[in-house]
Amino acid sequence: MITKDYVILAAEGMHARPATALVKLTKKFKSSFSLKKDEKIIKLNSMLNILSMGAKGGETISVIIEGEDELLASEALDEFFNEQLKNL
Amino acid sequence: MKTDKSYIQGIGVSLGTAIGKAFVLKKNNAALIGKSLETKEEITIEIEKFDVAVKSSVAEIETIKNYILPTSTPEAAEILETQIELLQDPEIRECVLQKINEEKKSANDALLETIHSFVELFKNMNDEYMSARSADVQDIGNRILKNLNHSTEKESIKFEPGSIIIADDIPPSDILSIDLSQIAGIATCNGSKTSHASIIAKSKNIPAVAGCGNDLLQINNADTIILDGIKGYVIINPDENIITEYTKLKDNYIKKRMMLQSLKDVAPITTDGRQIKLTANISNSDDLDVMFENGGEGVGLFRTELLFMNRDSFPTEEEQFDFYKKVALKSKNKPVIIRTIDIGGDKQVSYFGLPMEQNPFLGYRAIRICLDRKDIFIAQLKAILRASIFGNLKIMFPMIANAQELRAAKEILTEAKNELIKSNIKFDEKIQVGIMIEIPAAAIAADILAKEADFFSIGTNDLIQYTLAVDRMNDKIKDLYDPFNPAVLRLIQNSIEQAHKHNIHVGMCGEMASDPLATLLLLGMGLDEFSMSAASIPDVKNCIITNSFANASAITKKVMEIDDSKKIITYLKEIIS
Repeated sequence: MITKDYVILAAEGMHARPATALVKLTKKFKSSFSLKKDEKIIKLNSMLNILSMGAKGGETISVIIEGEDELLASEALDEFFNEQLKNL
Repeated sequence: MKTDKSYIQGIGVSLGTAIGKAFVLKKNNAALIGKSLETKEEITIEIEKFDVAVKSSVAEIETIKNYILPTSTPEAAEILETQIELLQDPEIRECVLQKINEEKKSANDALLETIHSFVELFKNMNDEYMSARSADVQDIGNRILKNLNHSTEKESIKFEPGSIIIADDIPPSDILSIDLSQIAGIATCNGSKTSHASIIAKSKNIPAVAGCGNDLLQINNADTIILDGIKGYVIINPDENIITEYTKLKDNYIKKRMMLQSLKDVAPITTDGRQIKLTANISNSDDLDVMFENGGEGVGLFRTELLFMNRDSFPTEEEQFDFYKKVALKSKNKPVIIRTIDIGGDKQVSYFGLPMEQNPFLGYRAIRICLDRKDIFIAQLKAILRASIFGNLKIMFPMIANAQELRAAKEILTEAKNELIKSNIKFDEKIQVGIMIEIPAAAIAADILAKEADFFSIGTNDLIQYTLAVDRMNDKIKDLYDPFNPAVLRLIQNSIEQAHKHNIHVGMCGEMASDPLATLLLLGMGLDEFSMSAASIPDVKNCIITNSFANASAITKKVMEIDDSKKIITYLKEIIS
C-alpha cells in the first residue's frame, strides 16, 4: 500500500475536467485507489465522489493506492498531480 | 401578445450582442411509476434494463462526440468525456441497484430518485461551480431515463437559422447536438457562468445570458429578441430605435472580436524571427481571465496595493498568502512578477500612519517604507514565498535608487526564506528577484544594478515624471510629461543595453509599453517584454508581427539622432501610418 499527499495545483480545484482525467487514469491500473481529504475517504473510481468531495485549489489531499502495480500507478499519479493538473 | 415585462436582467455568460427570432425549447418531465417489483425475475429484468440503458446512453454520447470532433473545441470534447464518465459512475449504479434490489423499485423510479438526490447534493454545495454541476447530473439522468423508456424520439431540434434559443436550461449534451453555427444567441432561466452550456457558448462565441429567471417563460416562438451578453439583458419585442442601436453595437463588437481572435494564438515574433514577450499588468486573480483572452503570456506586473488599500488595518500574512496563491494557481504556470508594496506617493493608506509630506512623490514610499518597516515587508515576502510553490512567481522591488537598497531588500528576503526553512515550509528556492527601473538614478546606474538583479522592469510613468521634473497630475504642465523626450529615451536605452550586457531580462510595465507609437522604437532598443493592460496586447502584437527587428533597429537609430520629441513623434506617426 502506498499513501501520498498532493497539493491540488488547479485553480478551480478537483472540478469536472481534472476529475474525469483522474478517473480515466486510474482505470489503466489494476490497483484500487482511494482519496482522502480531512477525515473523508472515498473510492477513486467515481466522478460523483470526487466532485462531491469539493477539494479546492491549494488544498492537500492524500491518495491511497493498493495492488500489484501500485508502484507504477503512484508514478503516474505523481506526474498527474505535479505536472498535468496545472494545465487542465 | 404584448409582454408586460420587456427587459429581463440575467447574467451575461458569453459576450456579444444578438438580434433574432425566439425559438423556445420545451422539456419533457419524467414521472415516477410507483409500481413495486414482486419476483426475483422482475428484479433481474429491471437491473438489466438499467445497464442496457446506460450502455445505449454512452453509445449516444460517443456518436455525438465523433460527429462534432472534427470541428469541436477541446472544451466540447472534454465535456462529453465527463458525461461518459458520469453515465458509468459506479456510485449511481450502486444506488440504483440498491433501490431495485432492496426497495423493490422499478429501474425508472430508482434512477429518478438517485439522480434527484445527487442533484440536490450538488445544488446545496456552497460553491457556484459545484452547484452548476447539478445540471450535468440531471442531464445524464434524463438521457438514461429516455433510453430506459425506449423513447425513440429523434434528437435533432429544428429551427430557423439565426434563432435565439430560449430554454429553462440547456443540458450539455443537448447544446452539443444542436447545430451551433445556426444559433444567434442563447438565453436560459437557470444556469450560471460555469454551466457547461455557458462554457460551450463562450468557446463558440455565441452571445448568451443565463439566470434570467421565470420571466423568460413569457417569450413565444418568433418573438423578436435582443440579447446583450455583455450587460446580461434580454429585450423582448424591442422598437425600431433599440434594434438600430443594437445592430450598431453588434457590428462593432464583431469587428473587435475578429481582430482579437485572429491574433490570440499568434506568437509575438517579428518577421525576421525575434520573439517578444507580451504580458499583462494585473491587480487580482480575476484579471488573469482577460489576460488569457487577449493572448497574454504571463504577468509583467502584479500590483499588490489593492490588498492594502480601502481597509483599516494591515492584511495578515495569511490573507496575503491566499491573495497571491489564487493568482499563482490561476496563472497556468506562466511567469507572474509580483511587485512588493508600492504605497506612498499618490497611493495613500491611512493605517500605514504616513505623515503629510511636502513632496510625497519624493518622500517616504514603496521600498523606502519596506526597508524601514521590516515587519510589514517580511510578512509580505513570506506570503509571496509560500505562494511560490503554486506557480511561477518572481519578486520585484519598486523605487530602487541604488545598489545598497537592493542589497538590503535581498537580505530581508533571505531572512524571510530562513524563517520559512526553520518552520519547514516549502517555497521556490530559486525564485527570481528583479527591480523596477523608475528612478533616473537607477536607469543611469543600470550597469551596477544589473549585476545584482535577475531582471529589470522599466516603469515609465514614474521614470518620466522624475526625469523631466513634471507632476503628471498637474494639468498646467501636463504637456511637459513626454515619453518621447530624448532624455527619457536615453535612460530607457541605457537600461536595456546594460541589462543585456549582464545577460538579464528586461521588460517595461509602464503606459509606454502599450502605446503602439512606441512599440517599434522599444523593439529596436531590444526590449524583451512589454507588459500592459491586457486589452492593449492585440494592438501591440499586431505591430510586432508585421515588422522586422532589423527595421525597428534602424528606426531606433534614426530616432536617437533627433533632438526634438515633437519631430520624433511626427516621424514615428509617419512610419506606422
